[in-house]
Amino acid sequence: MEVYLDNSATTRCFDDVAALMTQIMCGDYGNPSSLHLKGVQAETYIRYAKETIAKTLKVNEKEIYFTSGGTESDNIALIGGALANHRMGRRLITTAIEHPGILQAMKHLEEQGFHVTYLPVDQNGIIRLEDLRKAMTRDTILVSIMHTNNEIGSLQPIEEAGALIKKMNPNTLFHVDAVQGFGKFRIYPKKMNIDMLSGSGHKIHGPKGVGFLYIHENVKVKPIIFGGGQQNGMRSGTENVPGIAGLAKAAEMIYVNLEEEVNKLYSLKQKFIDGVTKIENVSINGLTGKNSAPHVVSVSVRGIRSEVLLHALEDKGIYVSAGSACAARKPQPSATLKAIGVEKDLMESTIRFSFSVFTTADEIDYTLQAMYDIIPMLRKYTRH
Amino acid sequence: MFTAFLIKYAEIGVKGKNRYIFEDALVQQIKYAVKRCEGEFKVYRTQGRIYVEALSEFDFDETVDNLKTVFGISGICPVVYVEDEGFEKLGKDVVKYIGEVYPEKNKTFKVNARRARKNYPLTSMEINSEMGGVILDSYPEMRVDVHKPDIMLNIEIREKIYIYSETIPGPGGMPVGTGGKAMLLLSGGIDSPVAGYMIAKRGVKIDAVYFHAPPYTSERAKQKVVDLARQISRYTGPIYLHVINFTDIQLYIYEKCPHDELTIIMRRYMMRIAERIAKETECLGLITGESIGQVASQTMQSLAATNEVCTMPVYRPLIGFDKMEIVEVSEKINTYETSILPYEDCCTIFVAKHPVTKPNLNIIRRSEQNLEEKIEDLVETALKNDELIIVHQ
Repeated sequence: MEVYLDNSATTRCFDDVAALMTQIMCGDYGNPSSLHLKGVQAETYIRYAKETIAKTLKVNEKEIYFTSGGTESDNIALIGGALANHRMGRRLITTAIEHPGILQAMKHLEEQGFHVTYLPVDQNGIIRLEDLRKAMTRDTILVSIMHTNNEIGSLQPIEEAGALIKKMNPNTLFHVDAVQGFGKFRIYPKKMNIDMLSGSGHKIHGPKGVGFLYIHENVKVKPIIFGGGQQNGMRSGTENVPGIAGLAKAAEMIYVNLEEEVNKLYSLKQKFIDGVTKIENVSINGLTGKNSAPHVVSVSVRGIRSEVLLHALEDKGIYVSAGSACAARKPQPSATLKAIGVEKDLMESTIRFSFSVFTTADEIDYTLQAMYDIIPMLRKYTRH
Repeated sequence: MFTAFLIKYAEIGVKGKNRYIFEDALVQQIKYAVKRCEGEFKVYRTQGRIYVEALSEFDFDETVDNLKTVFGISGICPVVYVEDEGFEKLGKDVVKYIGEVYPEKNKTFKVNARRARKNYPLTSMEINSEMGGVILDSYPEMRVDVHKPDIMLNIEIREKIYIYSETIPGPGGMPVGTGGKAMLLLSGGIDSPVAGYMIAKRGVKIDAVYFHAPPYTSERAKQKVVDLARQISRYTGPIYLHVINFTDIQLYIYEKCPHDELTIIMRRYMMRIAERIAKETECLGLITGESIGQVASQTMQSLAATNEVCTMPVYRPLIGFDKMEIVEVSEKINTYETSILPYEDCCTIFVAKHPVTKPNLNIIRRSEQNLEEKIEDLVETALKNDELIIVHQ
């Protein structure tokens, strides 16, 4: 049995998405900038994709830009946003548990002379609005807060944060990294005072290498990629037509039955947590239930190194992640787990299970049974 | 401009009656190396020299890079050859050669002619002095220095005339295949690939064994070892890599033996298994990357303890190297970057916080008695499930 429980890393593409993309790559392969019919056909896919994404966010389609993925969207929002507004101040605010696409872009901006405040989080991985209020100054030009954490599934108070930021300084831009939240929640930037929002295709059963960035029409952002002036000059380079169409198709499919699918995910997650916490010395990081992401569970298994448990599960056909896939290639412990105060021994014993619409109750049972079998066996052999 | 390479080999030249074996092996290895390059080449041996002649357009840098991986080559001289159309024409060719190879003319030189074809109208000495004059006429800023010239301009009169002056250093050593075969214990660290490289340099063909411990070590760790074997196969030729599943043996030792002796006992079993495979595959020795005192399992006492289980010679070419010296070689042979990838290997997964550094053989042997019940079967199973991967460029 193959059980894929690493959906926060990436997801299986929907068949309809793959079919549409094949059709575009082999049939409607024109360049949207071309004047002839093939170009016009390609442009139609882009326009339709913009409409689709705009509709799910209830924003104007002119406010959607397509990128190469979540990381690029984050980079344009932060670097482009900071560069366009640096005359109003040089202070930025983010959280300690952001994705590297945010943290590394912030580090780059620090090298360029910007000052960045990193908001701490509580033991559940959630910021305190009070900290945000204290960090806000007159010359804060941008705040970036992730919607859903990729490692422990914590949710941030985005709506409250948006209101607070705008109340304190209407000129401060508010960016939200919604790579893990898009496709799991209905997120309405206009209602939540969000000026920029990043999303990615391959986390919602779309293709890899494509993402989007919503930018409020009144917000000034400087492009960071230059060339043929596509997408109003904000993001030059021939549009990834199959990717963009695939992303939109996936978004359309995921949002049709969103509530139903998400409720299913929550019940799978609860079933998994109920089962896994029956094992001795196993703990869940972060909140559970509806106050957390429906698809992510971070589990610490005392006494077993995450890599070993991961490979032992792999042996049974179960694919999970040690920490987060983006960080798993690096030996240093996860910033998120550190920020929520997980003790060092447990940080090295933490694995992440993440579900998707393809996950079944049978798969959860199979995985739990595998863990009941494996964990006592592995615990017999520990490092001294 | 260059159309051939003259291959210099240092150590083979002093061999006696066996010399042809070494020369033939070197020609064979050079043929393999240039086969990887763009273009057609002829490799031949004549009058105690090996030439690599390009028969078509070729990529100079790529060819030199590949020749640099052939053990036995001490120097690679890029050669220009010209038809014999009289001395005056030769003078023009030499002047043109200097013009192109040395943009900076303020140098000393010496002409060194060799007349393999004795019917050439001038003797070697005459060619030296006449050609010196021709060069000085064309490039007045150049000077002759017969003792320590900047440029040693060689002119060899054969069927054709060969002109060369530059020598690119080769890797040295002896051609692979002239020294039998040995089994390398390849771990994925920095040391073992270097050890394999160094023994191969003495003409030894290399096979390798890797101990894999899933789920404690990952597929990526195994891939890393395959990648390392591939890097050194550039020098050693194809490598037969044996992957041995070591998990059950390791867990059994963990269960039955004191934990601070784990590493030593584990290594003793690795050596036993490596020797078994080595004997079955006609290897004449084992190779490890050990260096005295580097870690607990590489003290003199530990080495004695691991060495004791083998009857075959164990070659440890890095035994007196410091870590930095090993790193230097690994950077040279391009294995360093791969070696430092952070995947855990089977030696470290159960390592005790304070492993014994001075193991007592009697105690180790007594601990191993605890394994008597199952260990033979486990070793046989591991050997039976040996996964063979043939790695080459």
